[in-house]
Amino acid sequence: MSAKVITITSGKGGVGKTTAIANIGAALASKGQKVACIDADIGLRNLDVVMGLENRIVYDLVDVVEGRCRLNQAMIKDKHIPDLYLIPTAQTRDKTAVSPTDMIRLCNELRSDLDWILIDSPAGIERGFKNAIAPADEVIVITNPEVSAVRDADRIIGIVEAEEKGTPRLLINRLDTEMVKQNDMLSADDVVDLLAIHLLGIVPEDKAVIISTNKGTPIALDTNSLAGQAYHNIARRLLGENVPLLDLDKSSGFFNRISSVFGSGEK
Amino acid sequence: MDNFISRIFSKEPSSADKARERLRLVLINDRTDLSSDALESLKDDLLDVISRYIKIDAKSMRINITQDGRQQRLIADIPIAGPISRKY
Repeated sequence: MSAKVITITSGKGGVGKTTAIANIGAALASKGQKVACIDADIGLRNLDVVMGLENRIVYDLVDVVEGRCRLNQAMIKDKHIPDLYLIPTAQTRDKTAVSPTDMIRLCNELRSDLDWILIDSPAGIERGFKNAIAPADEVIVITNPEVSAVRDADRIIGIVEAEEKGTPRLLINRLDTEMVKQNDMLSADDVVDLLAIHLLGIVPEDKAVIISTNKGTPIALDTNSLAGQAYHNIARRLLGENVPLLDLDKSSGFFNRISSVFGSGEK
Repeated sequence: MDNFISRIFSKEPSSADKARERLRLVLINDRTDLSSDALESLKDDLLDVISRYIKIDAKSMRINITQDGRQQRLIADIPIAGPISRKY
């Protein structure tokens, strides 16, 4: 095994990096992949609560880097899915406790035993972000269909390219199909046109995400939810499958159903 | 729905249209580090230089930055003033 290292970043805070890491990790692991999720947001620990593992933390990322524990002692086993692990970040330190070289060394040590290493980047473009992208084989930029988030995503794409990490792939989060139809939200096509990078997936606005986060259970485990399905599709695309974008237009299903009965549906 | 009907009867662009246009401009600005003022003075300088060699129609001159993938392109459309009178 030699794991692929993927970093998810966004520039702007609050667009859904941590939720995306937890769910892509869960979706990959549910397909039999061995996955570790690393929280690289030192001082603002969050991936543990989103994955529902906050009560199991003994050692963290900084303990590993500073040699207070072995790497596998800091790997917390997920309670829902086998072969899913969390390496939590330190809560009482700051981003200077870890260097980009530390992150590269840590990931290299992990690679041989895993299929995927997913790194949750902090917001911003400073040291914490540099730490998070240093070991990345691929970067995923996540954004919302909003002016400020798309603008920050564009900056981040430029920086990732300048750091010679290749062109990132794009994940659009919290797309509200109804608002797009009313012409009150940028569509996925608009965002892809403006940013001009390859689209990895779209996660629709879905109240079930907040409910599942409340419980500390990833939405990816609920394959009845649209967001859950979206994350599974993203995982399959990462595994190299060619999966079409989800039909997010289920609410106006009447005409769709009729047209599919007569075989004249567009899809 | 109210929103939808009022939009049919007015020429007001939708909020998504506004977002798209604002983003287009702000991204060009961010990517090139060139403000609209700087673009104006670039235009004036360009006019100056070209006028030294050829007579141009300054009023119809257009200069724009367009997006081509992640590449920005500076496009100048400069009509030459005519008709050109030849001396025999």
